[in-house]
Amino acid sequence: MKEDMNPGCDAPNELIQKESFLSNIKYLIVGTLFGIVFVKAEIISWFRIQEMFRMQSFHMYGVIGTAVVVGMISLFVIKKLNIKTLNGEEIVIAKKSFSKGLIYGGFMFGLGWAITGACPGPLFAQIGSGYLVVIVTFLSAIFGTWTYGLIQKHLPH
Amino acid sequence: MLEFIKQPWHWSVAGVFIGLTVPVLLIIGNKNFGISSSLRHICAACIPANIPFFKYNWRNEIWNLFFVFGVLLGGFLGTFGLANEADIQVAQSTIDDLRVFGVSDFKNLMPTDIFNFDNLFTLKGLFFFIIGGFLVGFGTRYAGGCTSGHSIMGLASLQWPSLVATIFFMLGGFAMTHLGLPIIFNLINK
Repeated sequence: MKEDMNPGCDAPNELIQKESFLSNIKYLIVGTLFGIVFVKAEIISWFRIQEMFRMQSFHMYGVIGTAVVVGMISLFVIKKLNIKTLNGEEIVIAKKSFSKGLIYGGFMFGLGWAITGACPGPLFAQIGSGYLVVIVTFLSAIFGTWTYGLIQKHLPH
Repeated sequence: MLEFIKQPWHWSVAGVFIGLTVPVLLIIGNKNFGISSSLRHICAACIPANIPFFKYNWRNEIWNLFFVFGVLLGGFLGTFGLANEADIQVAQSTIDDLRVFGVSDFKNLMPTDIFNFDNLFTLKGLFFFIIGGFLVGFGTRYAGGCTSGHSIMGLASLQWPSLVATIFFMLGGFAMTHLGLPIIFNLINK
């Protein structure tokens, strides 16, 4: 396992070998299972997010806490046993670098999270669940991302 | 078996599944888990408008778009195939707090008195869909990630900038819930 010190984006594709369009189906399958978990454990619920920010239920803290611990143990095992990707490449972890955006942007996202009851993942799952009005929220989120791109160089980082 | 799956799942089950997404994506294709990046790829693919931030080879990151389309599909299958049969059980204290704001539907995953097309062109819609969505899209990109990229992938790989981000996600959420929402609901219910 090694680190990518200067990744191009925050969830980068670190595979060196080129993948065909169809081989991407495997990510669709993982995403589908992920979306099912989101619905089944009610993570996409606006109420669960309200409970979390009102500290009136342990549910979301339990979900995120367990996920972090399982992820941590998995990465430790990958490192210790020197596990490779299926096609034999070394596993690469993208480095997160500090910027003031983590503070300002993080706070802004938090504000939006409590209003919409959704981070970007649940937005997709809410739409799939039939809350079609969330398409408007989703389009507004795309516009937000686009606006960030537009004014990025004028913002403190 | 199906009966068993149709119950709402415990938080620990969901946590294990979500946590395992990290090694699964790495092992099947060296992909770093993260979701908000998909919004950037959509901008880069559809509306780059010559902005440098959107000029990169988004095709190399297309796995991320397959993944989020899967999440949407999973939302559909989870709801229309394996739906939880009982209504959601919201904490009584949360119900009491939200009733004060005029929220009255506690049966579904989302309160239909807010998330409803009838509210689209109202003040409610402006706050809950337009402004809320904008903050999510702008904030996650400014912070370089969301709950998945920072709070799960970043914390699991012991990266301190992700801890900073997570702390500010939570602070923003607490501020909106306890300071912002009372004002917003007050305006809406006038």
